[in-house]
Amino acid sequence: MGSGKREKFENPAIEWVDSRLPIFTMMQKEYGVFPTPKNFNYFWNFGAIAMVMLMIMIITGIVLAMHYTPHADMAFESVERIMRDVNHGWMLRYIHANGASFFFIAVYIHIFRGMYYGSYKQPREILWILGVLIFLLMMATAFMGYVLPWGQMSFWGATVITNLFSAIPLVGDSIVTLLWGGFSVDNATLNRFFALHYLMPFVIVAVVFLHVWALHVVGSNNPLGIEPKTKQDTLPFHPYYTMKDTFGLMAFMIVFVIFAFFMPNALGHPDNYIPADPLITPAHIVPEWYFLPFYAILRAITFDLGLPFTSVIFCPAKLGGVLAMFGSIALLFALPFIDKHPVRSARFRPWYRIALLSFVANAFILGICGGKPAEGFWVPLSQFSTFYYFAFFLVILPILNKKEPVLDLPSSINEAVLAKNKKASA
Amino acid sequence: MSDSKKPDDKKEENGETRRDFLYLTAAAFGAVGAGSVAWPLVDQMNPAADTLALSTTEVNVSDIAEGQSKTVMWRGKPVFIKHRTPAEIEEAKKDDTAELRDPQTDAERVKEGHEKWLVTVGICTHLGCVPLGQKDSDVKGEYEGWFCPCHGSHYDTSGRIRKGPAPKNLEVPEYTFINDTTIKIG
Repeated sequence: MGSGKREKFENPAIEWVDSRLPIFTMMQKEYGVFPTPKNFNYFWNFGAIAMVMLMIMIITGIVLAMHYTPHADMAFESVERIMRDVNHGWMLRYIHANGASFFFIAVYIHIFRGMYYGSYKQPREILWILGVLIFLLMMATAFMGYVLPWGQMSFWGATVITNLFSAIPLVGDSIVTLLWGGFSVDNATLNRFFALHYLMPFVIVAVVFLHVWALHVVGSNNPLGIEPKTKQDTLPFHPYYTMKDTFGLMAFMIVFVIFAFFMPNALGHPDNYIPADPLITPAHIVPEWYFLPFYAILRAITFDLGLPFTSVIFCPAKLGGVLAMFGSIALLFALPFIDKHPVRSARFRPWYRIALLSFVANAFILGICGGKPAEGFWVPLSQFSTFYYFAFFLVILPILNKKEPVLDLPSSINEAVLAKNKKASA
Repeated sequence: MSDSKKPDDKKEENGETRRDFLYLTAAAFGAVGAGSVAWPLVDQMNPAADTLALSTTEVNVSDIAEGQSKTVMWRGKPVFIKHRTPAEIEEAKKDDTAELRDPQTDAERVKEGHEKWLVTVGICTHLGCVPLGQKDSDVKGEYEGWFCPCHGSHYDTSGRIRKGPAPKNLEVPEYTFINDTTIKIG
């Protein structure tokens, strides 16, 4: 960035700045003429959409923080004050609350895009890993943000999730006390969650910067999963993809504002409008929808692992559930090193396509299981789905590496696009 | 010119130099220094002095009738104080020999001479919910003690886990009888 030859700008003011700090040259190179494969479909909008959602969350969040009081006795009422008395407070809060959901929607689609078209494969491994890191940071941020209104779900969600760490052998209870800053979820916990909830988005911004940097080193993948070879395979980012991204963003925003303005509590839980009470546990503690698949994996491990026919237990159920939940995310990090098949795009991998689409369907089933009480039919179903989640990474992908045939790929993006256009016009 | 090297670089008999020693000691001091800076930053998250100061609480139990319970707050957590009936004590003792997940006798869970008082932390050992069973109208579970509605754990009249996902018995906090009607918890 910034080194090398620089072309002069005609505007003297821009030229004055650029010759001292070549920020305009950089923007021109990375967002103006940046060569981008010309065959993107709408799945390629979601990176930009996620970026916009992050900005919306930071701006509304900073404004909300000006009215919010991070104290156990005042937090709930300060949120109600934002809803009733602060000018436009209701709108800012509903945009922030629903914005979290739509940020996750954008990111989940973005992750699916990466998996479907093999965007994690060589040479984009670090790009992918940074992306999973962003996802993990988002989960931590969203969890802490949900605690701040200090309603019943805030309080009991925080209790259940922080208690997960007590499953760690030997040091678990000390870790939980350290997280709480006391002997239960209380004011100290709320206060630090607020501090961290304010900090984390800026950490996310930093990792997003690295993510985009890595993207601009290796360039974008595309639906065919083959690298652009000549100039005919690419288009300058502006105006082609600035326009396409703007169009996709507008469509996404329409759905978002329908939720934020017309059904702002559809994705929330009514119990969070009851102030936190450490003496009364709600009948069903449910996390926000975007955590449900992982919550289902956590609860699917209902059995101890030990020596059969003895009372020796290596891994009690509680620890097993925690390990499975964190393991399910660890596998996402490892994906570029598990899937070694030379073809990227699922368009040319019929076997992988079936496995991946089943994986997505399975994730939805896990999500449904996570929202149901852990009893009856839902327990074996979530156990089966958890099994498939892990089998996809640990069994199916290694088998496909060896067995799935390598199909012929188009010789260039340009050729494939022309052939498709010809077919369409014929 | 038989000895042109600086004394520092002179190889000692085992192949190590004085410089290696200096590197190691410098790194060790650096690590200790970094650790002593990091520790306060981590430890500040632990319970503060005023939180610890609230860690005992005294309860007058004379107003709890036989068969009734009282919930008090201790360290931000509910504590169940149950005045057990002779039948409940009998039941608890009988089950000492039953198959228990977290084997403990009833005698280990109460104070000698005060068997009618069962004092437990009212937090399910599974994931921290508050079990039902403190009020007469509550569901008490299959063992007539407490029942956790979150994931269905059943506790008996000694607060021991009998059925469901919880791994341990309801915790018995540290407490002493100051006199026959006052308990100091913590």
